[in-house]
Amino acid sequence: MSSESLVELTGIHFGFTKNLLYKNVDMTIPRGRVTVVLGPSGCGKSTLLGLIGGRLRPAKGEIFFDGERVNPRKRAALYGLRKKMGMLFQHNALLTDLNVFDNLAFALREHTDLPERLIRHLILIKLHMVGLRGARDLMPHDLSGGMARRVALARAVVTDPQLVMYDEPFTGLDPIAMGIILRLIRELNNALGLTSVIVTHDITEGLDIADYAYLLGNGGVIARGTPDELRNNDSELVQQFLQGLPDGPVAYHYPAAAYEQDLRNNL
Amino acid sequence: MTHLLQGTGAFALTFIERMGRAFMFLLSALSGVPAALLRGRLLVQQTFAVGVMTVLIVVVAGLFVGMVLALQGYYTLVNFGGESLLGLLVGLSLVRELGPVLAALLFAGRAGSALTAEIGLMKATDQLAAMEMMAVDPMRRVIAPRLLAGIISMPILAALFSAVGVFGGYLVGVVQLGVDDGQYWSSMQNGIDVYDDILNGMIKSVVFGFVVTWVAVFEGYDAEPTSEGVSRATTRTVVAASLAVLALDYLLTALMFGA
Repeated sequence: MSSESLVELTGIHFGFTKNLLYKNVDMTIPRGRVTVVLGPSGCGKSTLLGLIGGRLRPAKGEIFFDGERVNPRKRAALYGLRKKMGMLFQHNALLTDLNVFDNLAFALREHTDLPERLIRHLILIKLHMVGLRGARDLMPHDLSGGMARRVALARAVVTDPQLVMYDEPFTGLDPIAMGIILRLIRELNNALGLTSVIVTHDITEGLDIADYAYLLGNGGVIARGTPDELRNNDSELVQQFLQGLPDGPVAYHYPAAAYEQDLRNNL
Repeated sequence: MTHLLQGTGAFALTFIERMGRAFMFLLSALSGVPAALLRGRLLVQQTFAVGVMTVLIVVVAGLFVGMVLALQGYYTLVNFGGESLLGLLVGLSLVRELGPVLAALLFAGRAGSALTAEIGLMKATDQLAAMEMMAVDPMRRVIAPRLLAGIISMPILAALFSAVGVFGGYLVGVVQLGVDDGQYWSSMQNGIDVYDDILNGMIKSVVFGFVVTWVAVFEGYDAEPTSEGVSRATTRTVVAASLAVLALDYLLTALMFGA
């Protein structure tokens, strides 16, 4: 594994059913960069985060994080690795019985013996970064969608992890909230020296923020490269996805019998 | 016929597979118990949520069950001139059977369903996954404290049920129907054995508390992460836990008092 990459996946085969989502997939996540993983719904983008975090096990292949093997691994060792990771879930996954402050304090209290005063300082720093220092006493159900996403973002980086994974961070946000999240992801990545992996199907936002990008589909990586390399890719499949064309290599219609025959059969 | 065999086979396989998952889950949860024991605050919080919040329903139900027992018992015993044994009838029925069993059924309905819904919703909203990704084991942080809280709460709730039931019996038997005050208490004192009756009743309630909480937390953890899935899991908890309590009650009674 090269020192320039933080995560490496080699020869990954994975599927929830007999149909494999990943067939012999190789990917590398460069250290200190923002890597965006694009692809149509159901192509296995979020699955990638599950594999990197060790929540899912590939049928074949190896995954390395910071030089250490993620799978197979004993629970305690896996949890040790996860202390170096942070994750923002698609629906934020804030702990609903805790307020904003306690949501951020959760991992710190579980893993460290830091005095409460120091924990308070660390949390206020992170909340200030996302502009929500004044919202620390609010409960998750009191937050707007954009605020909840920012709290989840602050929680993902509260332990200063090496890798932060974002699962569809732009979904369901208004333009202002989306702009804030985009800026925060980039600023946090640079300021804290993180490595970021963003899984999204929002092409414009994804490519705007990416240093490097992957396009997934058809059981593997369709294209990879810098955002410009992807935009200039000649592949019909890549262009269909990037331009949002309804028909093309990815068919509009789900496989079915001929239309006329189907209508007659119903009679 | 083939369909019937296929259906039966599929049901049996699903049942065995689910039982296997439940036992593996239990082993994993039990491994988190020592850590949970060291976290007093968490344990107190869960005991409050699971136990204290069930007190009201247990007290009210216990009172009425004791009153009904006294009423029914009096009208039967008075035919034989045996109303002086009303205290023994009420006390023994409650301590040996009705206290542990009915408190467990109420516990399954009130606390068991709440546990399943809470854990199921945590799963559906990715809160358990978030904990895992924060390197916090949900088995230790969420499941084990709740399992312990159920085991601790159940015998106390059963004892409370019996105590309030005895008082309810007193209200009807002594205050309303005129049974002698001294006879009510002395028949109970003479006829109920601390070890044979009270201790066995407590053992039953500990077993019921363990089984009901195990079913509840497993169903929540194993629930399909959708609103329908959580709803089905909650229903399964009440049904499975209640049936388990009644079946176990027979087994334990046979073991303790002879079949």
